[in-house]
Amino acid sequence: MVWVIGLMMVLMLATAIAALVLDNLIGATVAAASVSLGVSVLFVLLRAPDVALTEAAVGAGLAAFLLALALKRLGLWRIEVQQKEEDGRAD
Amino acid sequence: MLTRAGPLLFAGGFAFLLFVLLAELPFGDPVMAVGRVVLDEAAATVGAANIVTSVVLAYRGIDTMGELAILFAAATAAGLVLGHPGKADQAEEAGGFILRAGADLLFPLLIVVGMYIILHGHLTPGGGFQGGVVLATAFVLPVLARPGQVPSHGALAIVEGLAGAVFIATGAAALAYDHEFLTPLLSPGRLGALVSAGTLPILYLAVGLKVGAELAGLLIRFTEADAESPR
Amino acid sequence: MNELTTVLLYVGAIGLLAIGIAGVLLSRHLFRIVLALSIAESGGNLLLVLTGFRWNAVAPIIEGAAQGTMVDPVPQAMVLTSIVIGVGVQALALAMAVRLRQAYGTLDIREIRARMEQDISDAADVVPPRSQQEPAGGRPLPPPSTAGLLTSKGSQA
Repeated sequence: MVWVIGLMMVLMLATAIAALVLDNLIGATVAAASVSLGVSVLFVLLRAPDVALTEAAVGAGLAAFLLALALKRLGLWRIEVQQKEEDGRAD
Repeated sequence: MLTRAGPLLFAGGFAFLLFVLLAELPFGDPVMAVGRVVLDEAAATVGAANIVTSVVLAYRGIDTMGELAILFAAATAAGLVLGHPGKADQAEEAGGFILRAGADLLFPLLIVVGMYIILHGHLTPGGGFQGGVVLATAFVLPVLARPGQVPSHGALAIVEGLAGAVFIATGAAALAYDHEFLTPLLSPGRLGALVSAGTLPILYLAVGLKVGAELAGLLIRFTEADAESPR
Repeated sequence: MNELTTVLLYVGAIGLLAIGIAGVLLSRHLFRIVLALSIAESGGNLLLVLTGFRWNAVAPIIEGAAQGTMVDPVPQAMVLTSIVIGVGVQALALAMAVRLRQAYGTLDIREIRARMEQDISDAADVVPPRSQQEPAGGRPLPPPSTAGLLTSKGSQA
């Protein structure tokens, strides 16, 4: 069980940092959904199935859907990166 | 570079402080002063096989009502901020064949799964919020496939209002029997049966329908809003 | 093994919280601030559920015969509420981002802040402050005159 917890932790932290560093905002949204996925698996391992179901449905499902809809409405739904418009972290 | 050092130092110090504080807590063997009482009495008193449901609805029903109020305020405020949909000049192209066929196939499946999760909330992991989210997705998927046909916001608002009223009325009915607000009425029943745990299934059904209608209305407003053209 | 699991879980939860907070403070794009907020909320919820964990216990659901000890159900009920509130807050934040984009055409918070200051100053008919330390509305006294202090070419009153 320790290895699964360690693997999920690495996944969570790596995708959390990726969500803040990636230039492409679609990729950042997918990374945020992956954070929710990792947290949901950890909830199952912590004997909390109700919370895991809620986190998976809401975090990885509804929140990602909401973020993608907002991206489309904001006009930021692009695959290639434009240097001037999208800023990542203050560099 | 220096302006970035401040927040990083704050985050690092915050993490260190939390770590030091949490090292004092006994991990894996909590005190559980309230939890022990709940675990001992919930099965007999409330009758729900899912103890977390009995905590959410029977022991801490006021928190659930507050959560419904917060969700209502957030969804209403978001709808107000987004405003009326602008003149939909650009015709939204309908989704491709795969999206339309998939939405038609998934719609009844999602409704069945959502209602199953809501109605079995007191027996298995699940409940009103999870099932409500699935129901909301079920109602938004056809709007993505055919952008012109939108379910009327009035019908969604009526469903949401009625479900909220049922929740509060069920809670207030307990006052008529000299209990406190939101005490579960009706007999606990047999543990594990579908009709058990008193009024808890009714409460969760109201919660599920309210959350589903609210989130569906909010997401449909998002699909109608348009940020490209300035107002 | 137990020690390692404990340390891993705590590092994961607190790490998520710290990354989320640092992201909110350091990001310049409004969308990234919303993403960082959602990450911080996930970390906080994980921390809450960790306080109720018990070694060698089962989930708090009764199936058939009685099982052994169960984990604490009270933090799980609180986290259910917290997750749903988190998505409500995200929805409102994204709605405001859409409106800001409509009004200002950009999502860079420095530009939006500068334009907001300009709009407020125009509405109040004052000069926008050039820096944080300058008092709003200009100087209260006229600057001291230097007539007579410097020898200049022409005669000045």
